[in-house]
Amino acid sequence: MNALQSPLSWTRIRALIRKEVNDYRRNRFIAVTMAVLPVVFMISPVITIFKLPADAPASRIDTVVGLSLLYLMLIPALVPAVVASYAVVGEREQGTLEPVLTTPVRPTEFLLGKALAALLPTLLISYLMYGVFLAAVGAFAHENVVHDIFQAPRILAQLLFTPLLAGWSIWVGIAISTRSSDVRVAQQLSSFASLPPLAVAALVGFDVIKPTLTVALGLGLALLVIDVLAWRVVSTLFHRERLLTGGVKA
Amino acid sequence: MKRDGATTRTAAAPTGPAIVVDGLTKRFGERTAFADVSFDVAYGEVFGFLGPNGAGKTTTVRTLGTLLAPTSGNATVAGLPLTEANGVEIRRRIAVMPESPGLYLRLSVAENLEFFAGLYELDDRRGRIERALRAVNLLDRAGDPCRALSKGLRQRVGLARALLSDPQILFLDEPTSGLDPLAARDVHGLIDGLRRQGVTIFLTTHRLAEAEALCDRVGIMNTTLRTIGRPDELREQLFAKTLQITTRTPLDDPDAVFAGLPGVEGWHARTADPGGPGGAGGAGGAGYVLTLSDAELAAPAAARAVVGAGADLLALSPSHHSLEDVYLQLIDEDVEARTR
Ligand SMILES: Nc1ncnc2c1ncn2[C@@H]1O[C@H](COP(=O)(O)OP(=O)(O)OP(=O)(O)O)[C@@H](O)[C@H]1O
Ligand SMILES: [Mg+2]
Repeated sequence: MNALQSPLSWTRIRALIRKEVNDYRRNRFIAVTMAVLPVVFMISPVITIFKLPADAPASRIDTVVGLSLLYLMLIPALVPAVVASYAVVGEREQGTLEPVLTTPVRPTEFLLGKALAALLPTLLISYLMYGVFLAAVGAFAHENVVHDIFQAPRILAQLLFTPLLAGWSIWVGIAISTRSSDVRVAQQLSSFASLPPLAVAALVGFDVIKPTLTVALGLGLALLVIDVLAWRVVSTLFHRERLLTGGVKA
Repeated sequence: MKRDGATTRTAAAPTGPAIVVDGLTKRFGERTAFADVSFDVAYGEVFGFLGPNGAGKTTTVRTLGTLLAPTSGNATVAGLPLTEANGVEIRRRIAVMPESPGLYLRLSVAENLEFFAGLYELDDRRGRIERALRAVNLLDRAGDPCRALSKGLRQRVGLARALLSDPQILFLDEPTSGLDPLAARDVHGLIDGLRRQGVTIFLTTHRLAEAEALCDRVGIMNTTLRTIGRPDELREQLFAKTLQITTRTPLDDPDAVFAGLPGVEGWHARTADPGGPGGAGGAGGAGYVLTLSDAELAAPAAARAVVGAGADLLALSPSHHSLEDVYLQLIDEDVEARTR
């Protein structure tokens, strides 16, 4: 692919990101999704953890903590899925894809701009929520719970899985978006498709695999490989002609 | 990055034709959008592309704009062969205003233009946006969200966007569709201004008067290119020159009067057509149509002959066919060919 051989223009990618962010700040559905969903997925595990009695057995604490962290990981899985699935259909519905594709922008740049525009706010929100979660738990939860949550492998897994889960959701969301002609359908499909990698996170969360540093890194690597493969597949889907006409009934 | 060739606003236009199309065909599966189309457009020319709905005009624009890959045939756009590898460089040199302007409705006019200025990697973005908005008379609406603009204003934003990068070739797909006459006239003024600056314009339109007024040459398209030429050439090619003669009372022996006149090839009586040009209708009038080989010779001779025959000559007028007549004639032929 010659698009990959020539250097990408960061000017164009930056222009895309700025436009995307400006656009979905004013898109009520996306703005609400980005504002409300993360707060819900942060508050509900905090409440569950606060309700744990001080003398809860270690196994119970482990389960609750695992579930809570999994809940937090729904943020990087779901938020970008909703945003990214809007990426192509949204443009197609507004008829903006055609003028954009007549500019010198390369499909790869377009794709990267869209992906980064979904990734950056997702990371910001996810880490922020995780930070608030840690602060709340650290300040008010029982000693033994705090100890469980602040284990290094758990923290590393959370930090590492967040961008990787988001990456998967973004590629899947964009892929679905490329082939779809209806925003709502694309968003539902993408939300659904964003969940499978959470199974990996769940394995760690529920101690099916003991959360050691090695395991966290290993699983992170696996997710990274999946992300890269997904990016490759999406790149080939990203064909000017297909973008313009794909999914839309003639 | 400094780009060459992006300065058509100056007198030194690039040499060679702006667009060369050679046997270009585009099919979508079974359906042929256009087939075996060939034509050239010179730099600085305003080229009109006419044709009925579904004729393949938009598909041609999209193909030349590198959005669609042709099924077969060749083309050169802004000096570059139309290939996938040249896509980025071709798109740098051209601008396309699609059928629907395609604005981000949640963004302001200025934000829309800023985004595109970024995609073109333009320098002096603020200045360019201001100039483009001034050109379409929208400077005072720069901060308005596009959602709040009327159709005509959105069309103008689309035009401003197409002007941002000072393109060598500007593709305008029905720029006045859905505009009121006043707004359409504004757009015409703009196109005329661009033409005077030497911008090459490829204009798709259904408004034949618009094409006639603005275009140096037009092509009439109906899946295949039916004809191409200057509007006045087309009129002459397609319609034999005629002379319409109206007398107060029918001539006793019209054949004796008209046959053998210099520059006249034949004649027929005009059937009553009160709405027609120079209509003979009305009580007692009689009309004749002479087909001519030479109008200069025929008109005075015919006048003398009619008067010499003792008739009262009411009117004598050369035929006038508009581009619309040409268009309707060609497309009618296609419709007949299809029903046969
Ligand atoms: N993406 C597509 N897939 C399949 N067929 C298409 C596609 N785009 C256009 N066509 C078909 O190609 C033909 C030409 O369409 P096109 O839009 O180029 O016509 P047009 O001359 O621009 O018409 P109009 O005056 O209505 O804008 C039509 O039959 C159309 O249905
Ligand atoms: Mg069209």
